[in-house]
Amino acid sequence: MAKSIDVQDLDIFYGDFKAVEGVSMTIKAKSVTAFIGPSGCGKSTFLRSLNRMHEVIPGARVEGKVMVDGMSLYDPIVDPVEVRRRIGMVFQRPNPFPTMSIYENVLAGNRLNNKRMPKSEADDVVEKSLRGANLWNEVKDRLGKPGMGLSGGQQQRLCIARAIAVEPEVLLMDEPCSALDPISTAAVEDLIHDLKSSYTIVIVTHNMQQAARVSDDTGFFNLKAAGKPGHLVEFNPTKQMFTNPDSPDTEAYISGRFG
Amino acid sequence: MSTGSSLTPPPAVSARRGRLALGDRVFAASARGAGLLILLALAGVFVFLLIQGIPGLSVDPKEYGQGFETFWQYVGPLLFGTIFISLLALIVAVPFALAVALFISHYAPRRLATPVAYVIDLLAAVPSVVFGLWGGRALSQALKPVINWLGDYLNWIPLFKGPASPNGQTALTAALVLGVMILPIITAISREVFAQTPRLNEEAAIGLGATRWEVIRLAVLPYAKSGVIAGIMLGLGRALGETMAVTMVYSSSPKYMLNIIGDTSPQTIAANIANNYAEASADKQHVLIAAGLVLFAFTFVVNFIARWAIGRGERKLAR
Amino acid sequence: MNAVAVAPSTLAHPRLPRWAPLVVAVAALAVGALLGLILGWGPVAIVLLSGLLYVVALPAWSRVLEGRRAATDRLMTNLVWGAFAVVCVPLLWLLWNVVQKGAPHVTVHFLTTSMRGVFGSMEGGILHAIQGTVIVTLAATVIAVPIGLMTAIYLIEYGRGSRLAKVITFLVDVMTGIPSIVAGLFALSLLVLFFGPAFRAGIGGAIALALLMTPTVVRSAEEMLRLVPSDLREASFALGVPKWRTILKVVMPTAIGGIVTGVVLAISRVIGETAPLLVTAGYNDSMNGNLFSGRMTTLPVYIFNQYKTPGAVPLGAHAADPPGYARAWAAALVLIVIVMILNLIARIIGKIFAPKTGR
Repeated sequence: MAKSIDVQDLDIFYGDFKAVEGVSMTIKAKSVTAFIGPSGCGKSTFLRSLNRMHEVIPGARVEGKVMVDGMSLYDPIVDPVEVRRRIGMVFQRPNPFPTMSIYENVLAGNRLNNKRMPKSEADDVVEKSLRGANLWNEVKDRLGKPGMGLSGGQQQRLCIARAIAVEPEVLLMDEPCSALDPISTAAVEDLIHDLKSSYTIVIVTHNMQQAARVSDDTGFFNLKAAGKPGHLVEFNPTKQMFTNPDSPDTEAYISGRFG
Repeated sequence: MSTGSSLTPPPAVSARRGRLALGDRVFAASARGAGLLILLALAGVFVFLLIQGIPGLSVDPKEYGQGFETFWQYVGPLLFGTIFISLLALIVAVPFALAVALFISHYAPRRLATPVAYVIDLLAAVPSVVFGLWGGRALSQALKPVINWLGDYLNWIPLFKGPASPNGQTALTAALVLGVMILPIITAISREVFAQTPRLNEEAAIGLGATRWEVIRLAVLPYAKSGVIAGIMLGLGRALGETMAVTMVYSSSPKYMLNIIGDTSPQTIAANIANNYAEASADKQHVLIAAGLVLFAFTFVVNFIARWAIGRGERKLAR
Repeated sequence: MNAVAVAPSTLAHPRLPRWAPLVVAVAALAVGALLGLILGWGPVAIVLLSGLLYVVALPAWSRVLEGRRAATDRLMTNLVWGAFAVVCVPLLWLLWNVVQKGAPHVTVHFLTTSMRGVFGSMEGGILHAIQGTVIVTLAATVIAVPIGLMTAIYLIEYGRGSRLAKVITFLVDVMTGIPSIVAGLFALSLLVLFFGPAFRAGIGGAIALALLMTPTVVRSAEEMLRLVPSDLREASFALGVPKWRTILKVVMPTAIGGIVTGVVLAISRVIGETAPLLVTAGYNDSMNGNLFSGRMTTLPVYIFNQYKTPGAVPLGAHAADPPGYARAWAAALVLIVIVMILNLIARIIGKIFAPKTGR
């Protein structure tokens, strides 16, 4: 199920503006990879390019290669919609669909694609996904209530349940805890740890401690100067990154000298 | 490409993808198509009015009536009447509209402001034919003494030259009705721009010890000017095209004149069309449509100025 | 210490007492009533005169006691309140007239018969006009709503910033300003071109009304679609949902309340249109359920027609007004009630479908 991602010399543009330059890395299957770096360094943009979400903004394009299990994401015959179904995403702010109940939110990926399934199977998917997102025990009595009625942390876990209900191969998370309180953050971090056994997870975070806690590998992105494209400074196992980084820039960032 | 074969997705996926991409294409195309249809519809309005209207420029002069020789002689007094009556309506409406807008945005207690705004919207919801009925039957009755008084004492003003109409159904009545009808538009837009003026400037004025009126004069009105002009122009646009309130309230004829309290007063284009469509011969229909085209062109210019003023106001506030 | 002692005296300006407006109001009313009674005026004139006296007298007093600036402020306050009071008059007057003159004639018979074969003092009815209004307005809605909605979707979801989108936005603006009678003439010239100069039918009215409705629908739908947070679209895309399904199943349901409200308000606006129907659909005394053939009466045209040809007061009848006027007022009452109900429905729908927070 879980796939590895190979990125070779990727440039990302918004119109004429080059946002990210020359990124190469290998993201291992069934592991957690974290991206850290100062704001505006392109880490979120890079994350979005991994499931072609950045194309939502008109004028966005990439050069270079992103290979998932030997298949290039940007090949002309590849449908971005199909890519997104296989590589799910969780966003900074929890965004359950306001018109749907908790139950419908979890099934949204299937229902919106008009996939028919018998009621018993749908119930199974909902329970499995909510259990997978550590939310089942909290919401099992009120599956018919609106998803917007949950607390922020619960909403975010609902969004994770919604993302894993379509059984993606990779799960991208864009600062999933930045809008949450510490207790909800801990719950989501626990969840990331559990999900690692079945998914490839890529997470962008502002919080270095979080990267250190949850990830196996870490990539550090930086800007050479304001207005210049972001680039990947260093990509190494997390342990090494936080104890003995290759680059002096990384060390400076981690020890809090800038950013 | 050594990886060529592994790039090809499994057949099931590919079939599904084809269908989805088709759905997306069809939907996007129909959305775009709807937009193009609007483009086409408006072009259609112009083209059909032109096709049907141009023959009206050169029909047998007897179709123009009143001894007019050419279309322009015929439409001239009508255009004059349209503008004349609309301007009168503006004179009636603008002071009250602005005062009510200020009332809602700055004077009314908060609990009163919302219902008042709702009542003004209600005024806008009343169908024009009902306004016409009310103007022709009720308001005209009530205005009789006023019109007589104007004819007796102010007849040295060309507008009130008289002789005063005995039934109260005059252009003055129509101008009042029309003023009431366009008031909600001007109020709605002015209210919005009054409310949008920068709060900081108002507070600065208050901080300098200004009275409420001075705050409005110093910090509200200068910012709202282009917005208010836009509102007035939109109101004018509405007045120019209004048919029923004019047709039903006074009897008119295509003449250049200023008297607004007499038995007949200048006719508007809209009223001319409404009065003549029923018994119109094919040629007369062409004439009426050509007159409609003139009305359309004129309202277009007025609305264009209004939009320009709105755009200018937005740019000014953005700075 | 000295400065502190001086300060209060410079801050304290002479002010009118709190009861001043009340006293001036009573005095103005008294003077107005006295003058009015001496000159033999009616109550309307007395109220007007008293109001005018109040508006002028209070600032005058203030001018003497408080100074010029305060007096100007009081004058403007009075004028603004006065203007508001004056504006309320025509609305209340009109509604009162319509109810008072219309209500006695709105009977079951009036609502359930047409004008077929009605003459003299016979009551007649508006069933045919209600039928025509419903048919023509429905047809206009069926034409305008899909076009308007899809255009709004194009403008918000697909065409952002494109040249075509700018042109369409501009044209929608132009359409908002089309005088209704010109819309009628357009529909007329369209039909006349195909079916000859004497052709009149409901469909012409429907086309004209659709032309007037479309820009309102586009505008309100655009506004509502813009309010849908882009988070939701992204969430849906990230689940691998194609754009069109995202729009239909995520964006539209979120915005549906506002969109329906906009449509209902657009309907309530065109349902009272008279001029375009007068030119295209004409007038007819009998029931006509066929949109595509024969003249079709709508309520506003019915009112106009009764007003224009009220008939004669029947001999020996006590009614002071010709029967047509009574019918016109009654039909006006029915029309206003319909418009108000539509407005109410729009508000209720807006409330019900307002985005749920769920708590």
